Amino acid sequence: MSARAAAGAEAGTVDGTADLTVDIDAVLDRESVVVCCGSGGVGKTTTAAALAVRAAERGRRVAVLTIDPARRLAQAMGLTELDNTPRRVAGIDESAGGELDAMMLDMKRTFDEVVATHADPERAQAILANPFYQSLSSSFAGTQEYMAMEKLGQLKAAGLYDLIVVDTPPTRNALDFLDAPQRLSRFLDGRMIRVLVAPARAGGRAYVKVLSVGIGMFTSVLAKIVGMQLLRDLSTFVAALETMFGGFRERAEATYELLKRPGTTFIVVAAPERDALREASYFVERLAEESMPLTGLVLNRVHPTRAPGLSGSRSLAVAEMLTDSGASPLTAAVLQLHAERIALAAREQQLKARFTSAHPHVPVLEVLAQATDVHDLSGLREVGASLAAGAAG
Amino acid sequence: MSDFPGVRLHVVSGKGGTGKTTVAAALALALAGGGRRVLLAEVEGRQGIAQLFDCPPLGYDEREVAVAPHGGDVLAMAVEPEQALLEYLDMFYKLGRAGRALKKMGAIDFATTIAPGIADVLVTGKIKEAVIRREGGRPAYDAVVMDAPPTGRIARFLNVNSEVVGLARMGPIHSQAQSVMTLLASAHTAVHLVTLLEEMPVQETVDAVGQLTKAGLPVGAVIVNMTREPILPADALVAVAEGRLDTAELRRGLRAGGLPKSPSIEEGLVAEAVDHAQRVALEETERDELARVDRPTYELPLLEGGVDLGGLYRLAGALAAQGVR
Ligand SMILES: Nc1ncnc2c1ncn2[C@@H]1O[C@H](COP(=O)(O)OP(=O)(O)OP(=O)(O)O)[C@@H](O)[C@H]1O
Ligand SMILES: Nc1ncnc2c1ncn2[C@@H]1O[C@H](COP(=O)(O)OP(=O)(O)OP(=O)(O)O)[C@@H](O)[C@H]1O
Ligand SMILES: [Mg+2]
Ligand SMILES: [Mg+2]
Repeated sequence: MSARAAAGAEAGTVDGTADLTVDIDAVLDRESVVVCCGSGGVGKTTTAAALAVRAAERGRRVAVLTIDPARRLAQAMGLTELDNTPRRVAGIDESAGGELDAMMLDMKRTFDEVVATHADPERAQAILANPFYQSLSSSFAGTQEYMAMEKLGQLKAAGLYDLIVVDTPPTRNALDFLDAPQRLSRFLDGRMIRVLVAPARAGGRAYVKVLSVGIGMFTSVLAKIVGMQLLRDLSTFVAALETMFGGFRERAEATYELLKRPGTTFIVVAAPERDALREASYFVERLAEESMPLTGLVLNRVHPTRAPGLSGSRSLAVAEMLTDSGASPLTAAVLQLHAERIALAAREQQLKARFTSAHPHVPVLEVLAQATDVHDLSGLREVGASLAAGAAG
Repeated sequence: MSDFPGVRLHVVSGKGGTGKTTVAAALALALAGGGRRVLLAEVEGRQGIAQLFDCPPLGYDEREVAVAPHGGDVLAMAVEPEQALLEYLDMFYKLGRAGRALKKMGAIDFATTIAPGIADVLVTGKIKEAVIRREGGRPAYDAVVMDAPPTGRIARFLNVNSEVVGLARMGPIHSQAQSVMTLLASAHTAVHLVTLLEEMPVQETVDAVGQLTKAGLPVGAVIVNMTREPILPADALVAVAEGRLDTAELRRGLRAGGLPKSPSIEEGLVAEAVDHAQRVALEETERDELARVDRPTYELPLLEGGVDLGGLYRLAGALAAQGVR
């Protein structure tokens, strides 16, 4: 199956023919994990929250795991405490029997929890106090993605929810979300690190065995650059991690497997802009390669015209005439606005068409741009309604 | 910049996608105007500058990418931690071929990623080298512009000292970090923040000003990118935002323009006007929010259809017109 066909099959087409409609409500009623991905600033957090609100109001027990939400949105969802556990969101219509819990990811804290679960108290203490760990847990590229997955694993294991909606970190490239965790474990498990910790592990024998001239020079140069003490810290850190590492990696792998299981689906979010759609394309192809299920592309913040009966060129011509005669500056301005809006809508549709021709089997759901930011439950409901209505785009 | 006399290193940050690369390039062009020599440096290996200037991918060598208005040169490079480390090792340990062997083993890559702050020290170290380099008895560059990491990481990226000192308490990386910090925290450096008139970028800008200030790093200008002129007459904006558009006048205007009567078109036009006016009102709120950080502010217009090379010169011209030189 070609990547494209696979994407189509994953998008829910039964017989491989192009069926571009997707019933978002059915997805929300059926799935157990929805992951919202996309490049920076396109509306991942907003989409995740809107889907979660909608699913809860349709009667499901939902948790939404958000990452760095805008401040006012966080407040509206009651996300004022960073305590790393889901809290009930007030103001949700629970009459259908559903409810919504929300949380903000605290990556350092999640990492600390992982260490605490996998190491005895003494060793955990040693790891947490290690300067290397402190730096790694708060800034290594990939830690945030890794910890988002870890948290998802925890929430899933707790079994309290019908549906977990996952937001992803603001990376530039949507693919980072899939790649970054491996980067972290590859680093921790890498050849160089093995060599460095070998003396600590095997009392020197393993060290002697792998000690080629190159490695010897390598450690000595490294020691010169970063200082012997950093190497010692690193070596103690990795040795301490060693015992829990197997569990650690297994756990991460299991969580990634979760992403391929039935019940999980991805939603790729993009703005109607060239860069964002290019990223979305990469991501869609990658999901197909990894056999990860895709619901569709959310094209967020589109600006369709509200007066389709009047063409842009006509509008401009009349605006010009009115400006020349000075008859009605207000009308002239309104008409000029309309012409610009039509041009914008046309550019957006062109970008959408380009995406669709490259990915004919991926449904596209358009979400209208709201005039102001989305920062309260009613704004989220509007986005949710737009998603449910935008089925065929 | 006229607001920043004595500044030799311009660091350009901002929320992802707000236009850091575009603004850094326009700033380099503006600063080079009138016969100066400016280095534009990319630090995250994304080749954004090459795309913008439509030239082959940048490398570690400094290469001319544009000629500024009224003479002046912009050179560009992509600073890469591995290269910086090799150069550094070569300078201090005369590694020669052994350096390449280390690289082949993956040792150089490993050394740069062994701890989070180290790549940053190497990169900023190279930038510092370019800033202080002298050629023929004068500085090699009149200014260096860095297309820097986004606001979420900028304070940590520049605050190499505290980041690395906890890890490498001695040794060359440690001293390198301290020497870089001396430049970054000095009056020769300015960290400019690019933003849009939207909630999240403005929030991040305000937060970044706080973080940078706390870290002792000099905040330069706020550069508001992709601004649009309001189209509706100023006196109508407030009323329209509140949904009070003078529909009688609109109908009269449409008739005067010879358009047929159509309630659906009228309603649609009103809805679009309200959208626009609300958006302008929101932008005003964000402008007020930005005014609170009290930094020199520059504005760059949204160029319809994106920024090509010609557009870049237009943006540079806009900066120059606002006093950047
Ligand atoms: N349909 C919409 N209409 C109007 N504003 C929107 C819409 N969707 C999102 N926004 C606004 O755009 C901004 C960015 O949205 P959001 O935080 O969801 O993006 P994100 O992809 O999560 O960003 P990041 O990559 O920084 O995490 C927010 O201020 C949000 O309110
Ligand atoms: N003034 C402008 N008018 C129109 N388009 C613009 C303007 N400034 C930037 N853009 C466009 O916005 C997009 C993002 O710009 P740019 O790549 O410079 O942002 P960035 O902050 O460097 O992004 P990243 O965080 O991905 O590095 C590009 O497509 C660019 O052409
Ligand atoms: Mg987000
Ligand atoms: Mg950039």
